[in-house]
Amino acid sequence: MTGEIGQFALTLALALAVVMAGAGLIGARASAAQARAIAQGSALGFFVFVALAFGALTYGFVSSDFSILDVAQNSHTLKPLIYKITGVWGNHEGSMLLWILVLAIYTAAIALARRGSDRLNSAALGTMGLLAIAFLLFILFTSNPFLRLDPPPFEGAGLNPLLQDPGLAMHPPMLYIGYVGLSATFAYAAAALITGELDWARAARPFMLAAWIALTAGITLGSWWAYYDLGWGGFWFWDPVENAALMPWLVATALLHSALATERTGAFRAWSLLLAIAAFSLSLIGTFLVRSGVLTSVHSFANDPQRGFFILVMIFLAIGSALALFAWRAPKLESGTGFAPASRETALLLNNVLLTAAAATVFLGTLYPLFIDAAIGTKISVGPPYFAITFAPIFVALLILMPFGPRLAWQHGDLKAALRVLAPGLGAAIIAGGAILAFTAPRSLAAAGAFALGAWVISASVIDFLRRRRGRTLNAGALASLIAHAGLGVTLLGVTGTTVWRSEALEVLAPGQSMQVADTTLRFDGVGIVQGPNYQATRATVEAFRDGKRVATLSPEKRAYPAEGQEISDTAIRTTGFSDLYVALGDDRGGGRWVLRAYVNPLAPFIWFGGAIMALGGLTSLWGRLRKRSASAPAATVPAE
Amino acid sequence: MKRIFLFAAALAFAATASFAQTGPEKLSNPAAEARAIALQKEFRCLVCQGESLDESGAPLAADLRRLIRARIEAGDSNAQIESYLTARYGEFILMKPPLEAQTYALWFGPAIILLIGGAVAALVVFRAQKKV
Repeated sequence: MTGEIGQFALTLALALAVVMAGAGLIGARASAAQARAIAQGSALGFFVFVALAFGALTYGFVSSDFSILDVAQNSHTLKPLIYKITGVWGNHEGSMLLWILVLAIYTAAIALARRGSDRLNSAALGTMGLLAIAFLLFILFTSNPFLRLDPPPFEGAGLNPLLQDPGLAMHPPMLYIGYVGLSATFAYAAAALITGELDWARAARPFMLAAWIALTAGITLGSWWAYYDLGWGGFWFWDPVENAALMPWLVATALLHSALATERTGAFRAWSLLLAIAAFSLSLIGTFLVRSGVLTSVHSFANDPQRGFFILVMIFLAIGSALALFAWRAPKLESGTGFAPASRETALLLNNVLLTAAAATVFLGTLYPLFIDAAIGTKISVGPPYFAITFAPIFVALLILMPFGPRLAWQHGDLKAALRVLAPGLGAAIIAGGAILAFTAPRSLAAAGAFALGAWVISASVIDFLRRRRGRTLNAGALASLIAHAGLGVTLLGVTGTTVWRSEALEVLAPGQSMQVADTTLRFDGVGIVQGPNYQATRATVEAFRDGKRVATLSPEKRAYPAEGQEISDTAIRTTGFSDLYVALGDDRGGGRWVLRAYVNPLAPFIWFGGAIMALGGLTSLWGRLRKRSASAPAATVPAE
Repeated sequence: MKRIFLFAAALAFAATASFAQTGPEKLSNPAAEARAIALQKEFRCLVCQGESLDESGAPLAADLRRLIRARIEAGDSNAQIESYLTARYGEFILMKPPLEAQTYALWFGPAIILLIGGAVAALVVFRAQKKV
């Protein structure tokens, strides 16, 4: 039954999406108040039926209903309940359903929050409706999660063990909240172009922020997962899947900044609209090209040409029509007031030049191998060394300039005054860099530079915070930017520390033998077998000693999942918050001897602390926006007509 | 996703990996071992997504790590090892694509984008200044 309920609910959701698209777009005309009411109602109905469909699939997974093909292929009765639930989006069909669920949540939020004018909201709902139609058609015709299997198998095929992990369970929903949140921003941008109402940036701001926070958290979670789960101590691989999330993040970050200026003085109006279109286009490319496998391997595309073709047509239509609308309407937009070369506007403009160039670099590095393979048939790889040479300098420039932005006033800033205020930060940078050169080995100029930069960014935030508190000009927006900027500095320290001072060791050890990594001695005490809920683990016991004292017991594991026929390693990490001791169990060499890999990663936790701080900055801004709105809510209830 | 592919590929390549020339897993000379570790970050694991030889769990990658050590023991320079590997596996194995005609756009693209962006920004500031 659940399969049929889900199928019906999805079909009804499609019908409502059609109504929403039509009524919403008609409602963009001033006189069509009735159409606006219909769009509003169908938006909520659309949400209800998508939620019902998602609930039906979740019920199928939880109750192990193997008559549903998707459940049979991706679940197993012995899986713990949490992974039965997260298994819903651990596969292509289910993850598409999650995508549309998040779209429905944002649609309902647009309908209920009514942040823009009536016409703007209506056109935004219409745009969301068009997107919903495309995705629902895609799901129903090429990726239906409710297809039946007759006769149902006795047992399911199980879920890839790597996905049976709390970090990865939360990673896709986070990323989707981010990707799809950009669809709401996109919808408001399209609505602004359709209606000619220019106050879209203010209306779209909370959605932009929610998307940015979720993308930041999602990328941070993904990086953390790669760190502890892949077992090699790396935290970022510049692989296409990661880049696909990084590109929308970079463009969304640029948009958050340029939209500030657009909202405040009307500057960069057309550019902000273009960024909103670009950010969503990149998330479309991100989700779908990665899902279909185009970015990772040209061959998996051919496995399902229908799906791939559908995706390409959809992306082409979405981006193409948005750009056409932009080309038609943007020249008519009024540009904002002027500004002096030393001003907040100029700072935001430079921020945008650098962030867009960074995004373009990632785009180039990610897609160039595909392009060159298709054009002349040569296979090349673009790996971390490329990004270290091209991407890193752009970010260094960004970080050097970043502290100036918040210190410059709108329209007419005072660069000399800003420099005077930030001078202690310059001092902190010199001290930090000097200390690194003087007290650390091996002596690394790059590390000294990076620490100077980190100290500059973080201390500038502190200085700015103190000054604003004293001057009573510390509002939520200013606080949010200080926190987020400092977070980026913290991440920089983490990346630098673990890249420059990482120690690693690899040994084959018999029980009782020891190995040395940095200042830590690790004694291998043999392995034992441990039974997990749906796996069997070979668990090693490793005692860590420093200066003759025992500091930790680590238990790295290798887990065999019989249902899935796969084996994964589960690393053991002992963190002090400043440094990680990281041990992974390698191969069995017979006679009780095992390969052990150990790393000491100084400052590694800072990478994710920094990500969390950045997300916190975003939350602060979002909180400020929503509070401001509820404070002014009584005035807003006066009907506009 | 990364791992699914990796494991499937690992199985497929387990059979073919055995013909590669093998060396020790770890060199006893610390300087040579450090060189090997630095080198294995420069080459990609051929069967994984975006992972270098340094960070891959695939058997083929383990084999190539040993091969690098065998070449170091045989007295090869880094450049010789690089040309040895590219001769066998193509430029695909290089994490850092070489600078040649077909990669000019890749290598100079970011700088060109920055230049254009900077020029446009300068123009925008110039025009905004006149409106003040």
